[in-house]
Amino acid sequence: MTVSTATRVTRTASKRRTATRRAPRWMLVALEIVVPIVLLALWWVVSAGSTNTFFPPLQNILQTLVQELGTPTFLMDIGSSLLNLVISFALASVLGVVLGTLLGLVRWISWLVEPTIHFFRAIPPVALVPIFVALLGFGTETRILSITLAALFPTLIATLDGVRAIDPTMNMVTRVYGLTRGQRIFGVTLPAASPRIFSGMQVSLQTAFIVMIASEMLGSSTGLGAATLQAQQSFMIANMWAGIIVLGIIGYVASALFALMRGRVLRWYIRSQQIGKEA
Amino acid sequence: MSANAVAGITSDRADAPVRLKVEHLAKSYDTKAGSVPVIADLTFEVRAGEVACIVGPSGIGKTTLLKCLAGLQPASSGSASIDGHVIDGPPRDMALVFQEYTRSLMPWLTVVKNVEMPLKHLRLPAAERAERIRSALHAVGLAGAEQKYPWQLSGGMQQRVAIARAIAYRPDVLVMDEPFASVDAQTRFELEDLCLAIRAEFGMTIVVVTHDIDEAVYLSDRVIVLGEKPAKVTRIIDVTFPEPRDQIVTRAEPAFATLRSEIMELIRKAH
Repeated sequence: MTVSTATRVTRTASKRRTATRRAPRWMLVALEIVVPIVLLALWWVVSAGSTNTFFPPLQNILQTLVQELGTPTFLMDIGSSLLNLVISFALASVLGVVLGTLLGLVRWISWLVEPTIHFFRAIPPVALVPIFVALLGFGTETRILSITLAALFPTLIATLDGVRAIDPTMNMVTRVYGLTRGQRIFGVTLPAASPRIFSGMQVSLQTAFIVMIASEMLGSSTGLGAATLQAQQSFMIANMWAGIIVLGIIGYVASALFALMRGRVLRWYIRSQQIGKEA
Repeated sequence: MSANAVAGITSDRADAPVRLKVEHLAKSYDTKAGSVPVIADLTFEVRAGEVACIVGPSGIGKTTLLKCLAGLQPASSGSASIDGHVIDGPPRDMALVFQEYTRSLMPWLTVVKNVEMPLKHLRLPAAERAERIRSALHAVGLAGAEQKYPWQLSGGMQQRVAIARAIAYRPDVLVMDEPFASVDAQTRFELEDLCLAIRAEFGMTIVVVTHDIDEAVYLSDRVIVLGEKPAKVTRIIDVTFPEPRDQIVTRAEPAFATLRSEIMELIRKAH
């Protein structure tokens, strides 16, 4: 009798706690959809009939966008930008993890190159673009190289930190059970470092996105960044806004896809953190 | 029989061959201030199938000894050997269970994958590997929790996973570093009995480092008391209680209290 009462009390108490702590999931999802729509509607209403050259009515912008999406050059620009972004981000991630692991595990290499890395990391990535353009010209390779290099550091540093932060007990376990070097790196070190690696990759993705636009704006004639800048310079302001909107959508979708991937790979980590909080 | 032996049913373990032998083991660490000795001179042996507990005041260098036994660091002089083979690196026939189960288990692996991890490089036939995992999980009472993650389990259950991982590795010697220090009292009793059950089932030699004197007396065939700084063996006490041991009956034996106070006295003097 007393036992059943006790459990009932705890259950309601815990239910009340979760209720006050966060709003239901459907509400959050609805808000995420509704808020941008409201903002767009607001933009539409406020900008309607605008005669300001730099803030044309949203209606005009959207009409231009639809038109543009029908032209092959604009689609080529989008394709070129996306390709640069994807290739560079993939390269930066792989290189960052490989180099970061190497530096984290091999002391003498890190002594040699770590100061240099910290120097280059301190330079704002966009500031590197003019150097690359001067050195390598305006080709696609230049852009991929500059985006990759700029996006490399966040992942590299995060991997380095993650690999070094591995628990000594965990290391002893791998040694006691005589794991091979490969097993230690791929089975223990990298999974243990993966939460940090993913945080680094997230910053890399943002950096890659920024440098992608910047590199296209500097002396290039293809890509969304170039198209947007050209539109602005030739006073096709609606086209400029259309470009900006597409860039925004690409950025949003890219980070949403990344969050989805992180959620899959780090499911164990996210859930164990949640359990830790509830306890 | 040693002078400290307590009358009771003597098991055949007393005639078993010596499995773990520690001879004049010493360890000092090199620091900027010079060489700091932690272990001065340790000599003891553990027979096959025995449970030996190492007790001593805190900071006596039990963890250092354990690392030397596990081959994780070299001894400064003297040696430890298993079946006559000197330990100069992590021995294949030894497994270690750590105090901090949250840090020794891989949180990204399920229970069954955690147990499987050290078996991968042994190149066992798939059937044997599966059987080892199954029997280990069964022995620690975790059958049914295979697909759970460690962080979904209680502390005691997590330590059972760590023990299962050690059992599945089939070591001759199982070394445990304060294995039950981070769990509640009830769970500790259960895990102590589990430890004895494993010895009975798998015939392992078990060395437990503990600061719990009651636990040492309850588990041991032999208690190795460390004292002084740097560490020396102050006494080796043979413990013989009727088997199987029982948390209530064994702890109620008059000899239990005698041994307990004897060891306490030794440790207090060592301070």
